[in-house]
Amino acid sequence: MIEVKDLHKAFGEVRAVNGVSFTARDGEITGLLGPNGAGKTTTLRMLYTLMTPDAGQVLVDGVDAAVDPLAVRRQLGVLPDARGLYKRLTATENIDYFGRLHDMEPGLLRQRREALIDALEMRDIATRRTEGFSQGQRVKTAIARALVHDPRNVLLDEPTNGLDVMATRAMRHFMRQLKDEGRCVLFSSHIMQEVAALCDRIVVIAHGRVVADESPSALLAQTGETSLEDAFVKIIGTDEGLAA
Amino acid sequence: MSAFTAVYWKEVRENLRDRRTLVNALITGPLLGPVMFIMLMNVMVNRELAKSDRPISVPVIGAEVAPNLVAALKGAGIDAAPAMPDPENAVREQRADIVLRISPEYAQAWSKGQAVQVELIYDSSRRDASTPVMRVRSVVESYGKREGAMRLIARGLSPTTAWPVQVADRDQATSQSRSALMFSFLPYFFVLTVFLGGMYLAIDLTAGERERQSLEPLFVNPVARWKILAGKLAAICTFSLVSLLLSVAAFATAPLFIPVEKLGIALDLGLRFGSQVVLLMLPLIVLLAALQSLVSAFAKSYREAQTYLSILMIIPVLPSALLSVIPVRAEPWMYAVPLLGQNLGIVQLLRGDGVPGWQLGLCLAGGFAAAVVAVWGTALLYRSERLAISG
Repeated sequence: MIEVKDLHKAFGEVRAVNGVSFTARDGEITGLLGPNGAGKTTTLRMLYTLMTPDAGQVLVDGVDAAVDPLAVRRQLGVLPDARGLYKRLTATENIDYFGRLHDMEPGLLRQRREALIDALEMRDIATRRTEGFSQGQRVKTAIARALVHDPRNVLLDEPTNGLDVMATRAMRHFMRQLKDEGRCVLFSSHIMQEVAALCDRIVVIAHGRVVADESPSALLAQTGETSLEDAFVKIIGTDEGLAA
Repeated sequence: MSAFTAVYWKEVRENLRDRRTLVNALITGPLLGPVMFIMLMNVMVNRELAKSDRPISVPVIGAEVAPNLVAALKGAGIDAAPAMPDPENAVREQRADIVLRISPEYAQAWSKGQAVQVELIYDSSRRDASTPVMRVRSVVESYGKREGAMRLIARGLSPTTAWPVQVADRDQATSQSRSALMFSFLPYFFVLTVFLGGMYLAIDLTAGERERQSLEPLFVNPVARWKILAGKLAAICTFSLVSLLLSVAAFATAPLFIPVEKLGIALDLGLRFGSQVVLLMLPLIVLLAALQSLVSAFAKSYREAQTYLSILMIIPVLPSALLSVIPVRAEPWMYAVPLLGQNLGIVQLLRGDGVPGWQLGLCLAGGFAAAVVAVWGTALLYRSERLAISG
């Protein structure tokens, strides 16, 4: 479970995140929806302790990120905005490197790695060097290495960005699988349809603030619209920076 | 410790697969110095040898009035070439190294027993002409002395009356210290090797990783950043150490390719020399690895880091250049200054003087102190929030 309480972060004059609070529960998919530049990536970066918030608190499974960032990172599997792989290493070596950084026992590491390679359907590319991988292959590898330590909480920053239709479908399927395993899945997106199709709970962010935090049906009821798309546009006030 | 070894082995393995890094660490870095050194020395030695033995021909103006002098020159391997008009210009335009002008009154003054003038026209700023100038001068002077002695003897006087003071050379230089003078730029090659050996790794491990956007995912792992940095620094140090060892080994073979015996100098670049050089250089390996990482961490891209590092590369030249232009007496504090200390130490090793324990201690202490500061500064930079963010 991830609890975010009143986060603030400013870069000079720009208030990127200006009072964001929400809770992402275990066994649920929580979507962070907002136009480009709304503060989604900055919020996530504070969750995985890459950035320190100016104010506010982040709790991951009850552990305060400001007090014990290493423990928090141990509980998290993160697909950051930056997905750089080591292109002179194979996909398997990329995954193993992160497993070792998590101090995993070799037998367990091998078992988890193989399970992820099957789950992500990347057996055919596992022993290839990642140089020249397609966007989809790169995301798969990046997710496998992020989840190799079997984290309870999964953060995905725009996971379907740049993927084609088939790869996007596979990604959504994989996220549901993570949810069914009882994990807490939090992902950001600027694609309304995707959020609508996947989420148990939707947190809408605009201009660094949370403007809605509801289940999809409650969002519809609150705005009096019949489609989620209209509901989002109504909440945010504009459809600029969003994609259907 | 496992995170440290994980980072270390991953970096080593990944970079062993990179041709550019390998070529630099294993070929260019270690061999550049020895190859340049051997080539330079051979060119120098052969030129010097050729000049001092080979007959040369020097234009002589007025050769016909002084046949004895011309014969003496010929006896010393200096042939009189035909006179040329405007000798001053010829020397200035480098058509001749030296021109000898014998005044027309030579024969007349000679028979009267008076002093006569013989002009040497040359350009002292042309270093390549200095050997022929010296040869001609010494032949003319000794001819004059010999003839003077003959005249004194003819008048019943002892030649020593004219030269009451005799100069006798007692040069204290050993053949090894003479060679050290020629090899004073050698320390720079070792520093350069260490620099080149680790350079591409240092760029790749900070600026490169940032440019490829893999630094952010790396920092998401539950590992303190200083441990990641330590693993990376260790990988850089490994590569530059291997470079240095290869370079020292290559230098050990240098005397085989240089005709040292013809120069009358001794060149000992063997195991003892090599191991002491490596010991002296150890702090520099760590210092340069940290400095290179520090500089690369400021750069946003691989190219930018490369530009900064090529500027940084000039710094190690300074002590070598300075010492060869302004020969200073080594003061104790100088040994504690990184680069300068190594420079002095290696030159001493070349001279065969050896490096006493206290100098070695100062060298290592000063070098490692600077290395600790550089590592610490890099660690501070690694903690910064902005480092990981590529965009």
